[in-house]
Amino acid sequence: MANRRLAPAAEQPQSFAFSSENAEWAKGQIDKYPEGRQASAVIPLLWKAQEQNGGWLPQKAIEAVADELGMPHIRVLEVATFYTMFALEPVGRFWIQLCGTVPCDSCGARELKDYLHARLGAPGHVSADGNFSWLEVECLGACCNAPMAQINQDYYEDLTPELLGKLMDDLAAGRPVKVGSQIGRTSSEPKGGPDTLTDASLFDGSRVGAWRKRFETADSKQDEAGGKAEAASSEQRAAVDPKPARPDAGRAVGTATTDAPAQRNAAGETPVPAGAKADAADTTESTAQRNKPAAPEAIAKAEAAGAEAGTQSDLPRNEPPPQPVASGANDDAAATSAPQKGN
Amino acid sequence: MLSDQDRIFTNLYGLHSPDLAEAQKRGAWDGTKFLLEMGRDWIIEEMKQSGLRGRGGAGFPTGLKWSFMPKKSDGRPHYLVVNADESEPGTCKDREIMRHDPHLLIEGCMLASFAMAAHACYIYIRGEYVAEKHALQRAVDEAYAARLVGKDNIHGYPFDIYVHHGAGAYICGEETALLESLEGKKGMPRMKPPFPANMGLYGCPTTVNNVESIAVAGTILRRGGAWFAGLGGKNNTGTKLFCVSGHVNKPCNVEEELGITFRELIDRHCGGMRGGWDNLLCSIPGGSSVPLVPAEQIIDAKMDFDTLRNLGSGLGTAAVIVLDRSTDIVAAIARIAYFYKHESCGQCTPCREGTGWMWRVMLRMAEGRAQRREIDMLLDVTKQIEGHTICALGDAAAWPIQGLIRHFRPEIEKRIDRYSANPHSDPVPMAAE
Repeated sequence: MANRRLAPAAEQPQSFAFSSENAEWAKGQIDKYPEGRQASAVIPLLWKAQEQNGGWLPQKAIEAVADELGMPHIRVLEVATFYTMFALEPVGRFWIQLCGTVPCDSCGARELKDYLHARLGAPGHVSADGNFSWLEVECLGACCNAPMAQINQDYYEDLTPELLGKLMDDLAAGRPVKVGSQIGRTSSEPKGGPDTLTDASLFDGSRVGAWRKRFETADSKQDEAGGKAEAASSEQRAAVDPKPARPDAGRAVGTATTDAPAQRNAAGETPVPAGAKADAADTTESTAQRNKPAAPEAIAKAEAAGAEAGTQSDLPRNEPPPQPVASGANDDAAATSAPQKGN
Repeated sequence: MLSDQDRIFTNLYGLHSPDLAEAQKRGAWDGTKFLLEMGRDWIIEEMKQSGLRGRGGAGFPTGLKWSFMPKKSDGRPHYLVVNADESEPGTCKDREIMRHDPHLLIEGCMLASFAMAAHACYIYIRGEYVAEKHALQRAVDEAYAARLVGKDNIHGYPFDIYVHHGAGAYICGEETALLESLEGKKGMPRMKPPFPANMGLYGCPTTVNNVESIAVAGTILRRGGAWFAGLGGKNNTGTKLFCVSGHVNKPCNVEEELGITFRELIDRHCGGMRGGWDNLLCSIPGGSSVPLVPAEQIIDAKMDFDTLRNLGSGLGTAAVIVLDRSTDIVAAIARIAYFYKHESCGQCTPCREGTGWMWRVMLRMAEGRAQRREIDMLLDVTKQIEGHTICALGDAAAWPIQGLIRHFRPEIEKRIDRYSANPHSDPVPMAAE
């Protein structure tokens, strides 16, 4: 869990209201959900509020969204603190979220992290010129283009410290930058272009409608028998090779490495050899024996009797069950301490 | 290698336009009305026959899942919710579908909704995917403008589709957490039962499917379940998008047949292993949640659900993270442990407390600042977390560490010994928590 708090009161603005354009947009969002389910729009509205407020979410905006949706303030505060993309403290003009999870981590995200540390200092602080702030975040889902970072809303992929530095310089100076891969890839194809999906007939429309053949033949009378034969064959197949009713949910199966008596029993072997039993038996006196419980035969007899009579009915239902006396508890002390609780 | 003619996502790399006109040329929205007229039962039967297993990680048969929806509405509306909250580390396939082939997804939503008698579909897209949200929204607007979807559309089945934007929470990829989030709450998983098919979004019958599972539906129905079932192997049918990342020469997304071997996948599509095959240390074959598989076991393994499960791992989302011998494997797993600590929603105590505990111990083990007996203690703690939480995040946090200890215990011990062999002023700590 991430520990997330609202920004200190000194940084909080005094008021927040949606601009008329955004208020209009918010209405459109609320309309997406059924009558009375306007709470569903809370995340989109918080997004808009964050966008309007320069990339972070003040307390007043959270309350404004709550009022708009008729939700208690605390419910919206819960949502705002739960989802990590809501920045609760001011961020730089360019908010860099560096992916640091394993695929990026193994492809050089650590160097990027060191670079950002050296250039901007500790994460979570806005740089002196107000341009940048940064944070290491969890997987951003562009793993084939690792390492990568999200700056404001855009992904910048296939980064090196040099490329990231140049990117930051360009952004700060207001020069145009290329979104996506920084080494010339279109998206997640292999470097140098793909050698799959090169068949031109996939793209010229020649395959449209080709699949209908299978229905045309199936429709004609003579193939009806074919259909029946197929159904029969699938029935046969089901008899020989039944599909599991509910396959496993992809969980790993641990191979049994233990050698337990139950397994040996299942395999038809002697579960526990007599010699081993004797070895394992503890001949020293046990505490149970010392306290002299009832003989096993007596217990079994009592249990059988109890089962017959129904042990439950032995106790009157409307009285509290007898409580065991706590060892060491002094009755007088308990009596005197009880009224004190009332004070 | 899979032939181009059998690939479903023909614009995977965005080399062509994602617009409606181009998408139709590539085969999207081709005869959708005809498919709808074949009827609900035919669609579900065809999907069952295709053997398609859910592409979001758990691998549950999609056709079967659709058939769980009530046949007749009891007055409550039905919903289809598409899980586009792709945040499993290593996975980046749904992103390409949404920005490059969005019409396959929208058409799939229509077909699936029809099969489940749903008239509304929400696509829950992760917060970070802003460009993808815009691309998808543009495609939805195009479909509305062309009257392919909407209250009064050319297919004669009233159907609305909405794009909903999240705000960055891995846990919202869990279906019930996603529904909570969609209802405007914190994304905390619900107890099951009741299952979403009975009581999901707004208390109505709902099915949650992964983007890829839905987007392949149109092509499967057109070309037939038998065609799809003919690809791949038994119980592991069809094609799958593999996201290969890490230490290969050319990391990429690629659509391949299930059951392709690891070696062929890397050699044919990713330009081979960085530094040759001898340099392979291990692979995490299904996104960070599955245990790693060491080189000698993975190298000629078939990449499908059952083979990888038998190797004590899993196919998950087919996010293949390849790690070579330069990797500090203990630190890498410690980083994954941090991920789960960060993403735990905090609802169940074993996960909330356990993920942080495991991460702290893993950090020390990466340095060797630990005791040998703590390895077994750590393993024991992972077993205490696994299976004791509402959702599978607890399992997912435990498995990578179990995989590490299973295969790289000597490496951890070596570090501990090396650390303790050298003089240090601070005492070697012991997990007291």
